[in-house]
Amino acid sequence: MGIDRRKFLKIAGVSAALGLSGKVGFELLAPGDVDASVNEIPVTEAKKWGMVVDMHKMTDSILKKCQEACHSFHNVPDWGNTRIEVKWNWSDTFEHVFPDHSHEYLNEHLLEKNYFVLCNHCDNPPCCRVCPTKATFKRESDGIVIMDPHRCIGCRFCMAACPFGARSFNWGDPRKAPEELNPEFPTNPDYPTRTKGVVEKCTFCTERLAKGLIPACVEAANQQVEGALIFGDLTDHGSNVRRALREHYTIRRKPELGTGPNIYYIV
Amino acid sequence: MFDGGKIWTLLIIFLVLLSFPLWYQRGDTVPAPVPELSAAAKEAGKCVESKEYMTKEHMKLLDRWRVEAVRDGERFYTSTDGKQYEKSLQVTCMGCHSNKSQFCDKCHNYAGVDPFCWNCHIAPKENI
Repeated sequence: MGIDRRKFLKIAGVSAALGLSGKVGFELLAPGDVDASVNEIPVTEAKKWGMVVDMHKMTDSILKKCQEACHSFHNVPDWGNTRIEVKWNWSDTFEHVFPDHSHEYLNEHLLEKNYFVLCNHCDNPPCCRVCPTKATFKRESDGIVIMDPHRCIGCRFCMAACPFGARSFNWGDPRKAPEELNPEFPTNPDYPTRTKGVVEKCTFCTERLAKGLIPACVEAANQQVEGALIFGDLTDHGSNVRRALREHYTIRRKPELGTGPNIYYIV
Repeated sequence: MFDGGKIWTLLIIFLVLLSFPLWYQRGDTVPAPVPELSAAAKEAGKCVESKEYMTKEHMKLLDRWRVEAVRDGERFYTSTDGKQYEKSLQVTCMGCHSNKSQFCDKCHNYAGVDPFCWNCHIAPKENI
């Protein structure tokens, strides 16, 4: 016998280490990452995106910045009329955002604040269940609830189904929104507008994530105060959102409805 | 038939007007329009796929891109020569073919097709 058990294990160990140091190793440890970096597409992938809103850091001016950043990036016009307004994210009072957590002796600091609200990208989204054309659907790969305006027939079942009011209907052509309120519309020539008769909502900036950018609202908030909005993968134990959820007590909007919202609030 | 004269006259006028599109251009030949390339497109030399393929199949390619980008989240296209492109009508296609009226509309109008892309997607600004 030219080789004993001990020698065999040594050779096996060394060759395994050498093997792992190459592309194969990367593939085993982080599948998909190598392909993405080879193709020069930055890696921003998650199994389930989620957001933590830190209301200790959030202020009204940051809220406004978030809304402006989102609406100017996605060509959402200002209609100047709350009855027909279109909004992807907005702000509201504690009683409206957390009706189930509200009571008459509530801490005044909680009541004074305005809360950042957007689509909750629910685990079990009622909007997707009612959509007759599957124009709105939950993306299995990363949990984002997406709107495909190409398929929307404007029936507004999803708006009735959503318990968070996160969806808006285009009562008119966005390009015909009042010019004095939208002097430079469309604000982003690289992003489409919508058309009259379709529903729209927050998409967690899927088109930005595909290019390795974080959502526009998160970027805008963190330029003001680092960590006001925390965005990351909820399935990754070491991610920034999971760390925030471990370290703070957090609440969600209307969890008793069983939709499984993925936006958490540190209050 | 008290009003026979009037009826027949009006009927003939009606038929002449009805058939107007048929006889008006009889004998004329309208040449098929040739799409004009923008300076950027000329410089690039090549579209995402070959000219023949794009002429024949661009609508199918765009339809596929739409489904893949929006529904499947696959936002990058690898062409047959291995190059990567973003699947985006507004950014990739119109970024090069910035002359929509001369490149897209010319043939679409001739062929009588009216794609509803532009209800939402923003056409590039042209200086006409």
